[in-house]
Amino acid sequence: MGKQNLSMTGYYDLLMQDVRFREGLTACMNCGVCTAICPAAEFYKYDPRQICNLVQTRDDNKIEELLKSDTIWYCGQCMSCKTRCPRGNVPALIISVLRKVSQELGYFTQSEKGRQQFAIKRTVGDNIINTGYCVHVDHVNPKLHPEQGPVWKWYVENAEEVADRLGANYNKEGGGALRKISQKNLDEVKKIFDVTGGSELYGDIEKFSKEVADKFKMSFEKEGINNEYFFHTYIENSNNHQK
Amino acid sequence: MTETKKHFWNEYQKEIAEDNFFYERSCIRQSFFPGSETIFLKILTDDLGKNIIDDPNQHTCTGIGYHSDVVPFDTTMTVVGRLFSLMKDSGVRNYVPSCVTSFGVFTEVVETWKHFPEELEKTRDNLRKATGREFDIPENIAHPSDIIYKYRKELKEKMKYQLVNRHTGKPLKVVEHIGCHYGKIFSKHAVGGAEFPQVLAGMIEEWGGEVVDYPERRHCCGFGFRQYLVMANRGYSVANTKKKFESMKPYKPDFIVANCPGCAMFMDRWQYTIAEMEGITYDDNKMGIPVLTYEEMAGMLLGYNPWDLGLQIHQVQVEQLLDKIGIEYNPDDKFIGKSGKYLGEPEKPENLVVDYGK
Repeated sequence: MGKQNLSMTGYYDLLMQDVRFREGLTACMNCGVCTAICPAAEFYKYDPRQICNLVQTRDDNKIEELLKSDTIWYCGQCMSCKTRCPRGNVPALIISVLRKVSQELGYFTQSEKGRQQFAIKRTVGDNIINTGYCVHVDHVNPKLHPEQGPVWKWYVENAEEVADRLGANYNKEGGGALRKISQKNLDEVKKIFDVTGGSELYGDIEKFSKEVADKFKMSFEKEGINNEYFFHTYIENSNNHQK
Repeated sequence: MTETKKHFWNEYQKEIAEDNFFYERSCIRQSFFPGSETIFLKILTDDLGKNIIDDPNQHTCTGIGYHSDVVPFDTTMTVVGRLFSLMKDSGVRNYVPSCVTSFGVFTEVVETWKHFPEELEKTRDNLRKATGREFDIPENIAHPSDIIYKYRKELKEKMKYQLVNRHTGKPLKVVEHIGCHYGKIFSKHAVGGAEFPQVLAGMIEEWGGEVVDYPERRHCCGFGFRQYLVMANRGYSVANTKKKFESMKPYKPDFIVANCPGCAMFMDRWQYTIAEMEGITYDDNKMGIPVLTYEEMAGMLLGYNPWDLGLQIHQVQVEQLLDKIGIEYNPDDKFIGKSGKYLGEPEKPENLVVDYGK
């Protein structure tokens, strides 16, 4: 899927270039079972039935509005909708493709929930490339995760002693849990990202987020989380999302 | 439950390989429950005599990045291809991902390749171009909980303890929580399917316990990927977990067990958060309901030292459960590190009652 194709085609055709969209939508009949089972629909102003209904209208104006909205960022990807749909549709996959296109086109920065992709890229996204883990003990800072509680804080403060007692190989060469992943393996993962569009998507998220940070007059920095824009996207909550 | 419904799950059986596995570690399980991965490997090799490869060249499957939409599907498919190439190099054909998110990623990728062969060819080309590697699709993909389920009877014969209250002689009441991506994406890959998964229920019943069948049994734990990763969204996560706790509370469960490391961690931590925010717990003693991984449950009953399993790194303290079963433990050993040094004890929460054993 390429953003350059947009001038030649509509949003629906752009979405259809992703195999998950073709797999995820086959003439939704609007029964609403997905909405009944959806944890996000209970919490947010969110209705997966309406998402399916809207995209299958192929109305470019409505799809563009959706790509720029908070709505597509409410799904929690539990995939409960996949189990239930009597026609085998998967609203959660449709959402994933909408999110991908929204990021490629820079539309994600036009909504509060969309802008949060920057916080995820600078944490989980960069963790993958830099360490080979999505999440590692060292990444779950008790200050950013107060909900983890005092036992977690104790564990983090004594990580090597505790993890290695439990059979880990904390941040050391070789095998085992929490090992340091070798540079050779990290290099191969990075090459995969370069070849398959992963690095390009990271670049898109960075580029469009920087434009917003500049507009908001917030510090950005080339990497890491010690900047105003990261904390803005990580913490900002207008409390205008719930039912 | 009616007899018909009780046996509905029999229609959903899956093939689980017997031996010669390739183990893929989980970002979440390694971080939050490193002892669970250790004990799973010990059980397979020492208690069951199986061959399982733990390759140091492995890495994340990108699952959390994929489901929070910062990693494209093409990238995830190719990373999966690299992990399969490591399995190919190791000479075994049975893939065992520790994480339920990974299990979902692998089943989704392999199903995509079946339905869209051009995606498989594209992935092979991408991996070749990036790394020069080749891969084979595994003959069998099973979650480690599937393997423990498969060998539950053999393990029972080696167990020192049962899921029975030693004071009353009655079965312990156990809430089982199945990670969404184990069975909800492809029911056919779950023992018992998505509606009546048996993978944990089978272990609990075999080992003497009673499964609690409560209304929100199949509701998501609330992780929600981006809904937890970003601080501003965590209300979604805790609200969904709270819904489950309120639903299970009247059944007075003795403990909760999960096959997904994220679910086990959230159901433990959100009890602390809810207690501190609202003063509410879901048991009668303000101590919370202990939450175990299935590896910890098996290891505990086999008689492994609870503090070598990692039960001390749970926020809801587990001694109440160990005492009910009659499991012996040394309180002085709880906060000892690898070097033998006493590490001090964690701070105490304000509302959630903890007994750190000193």
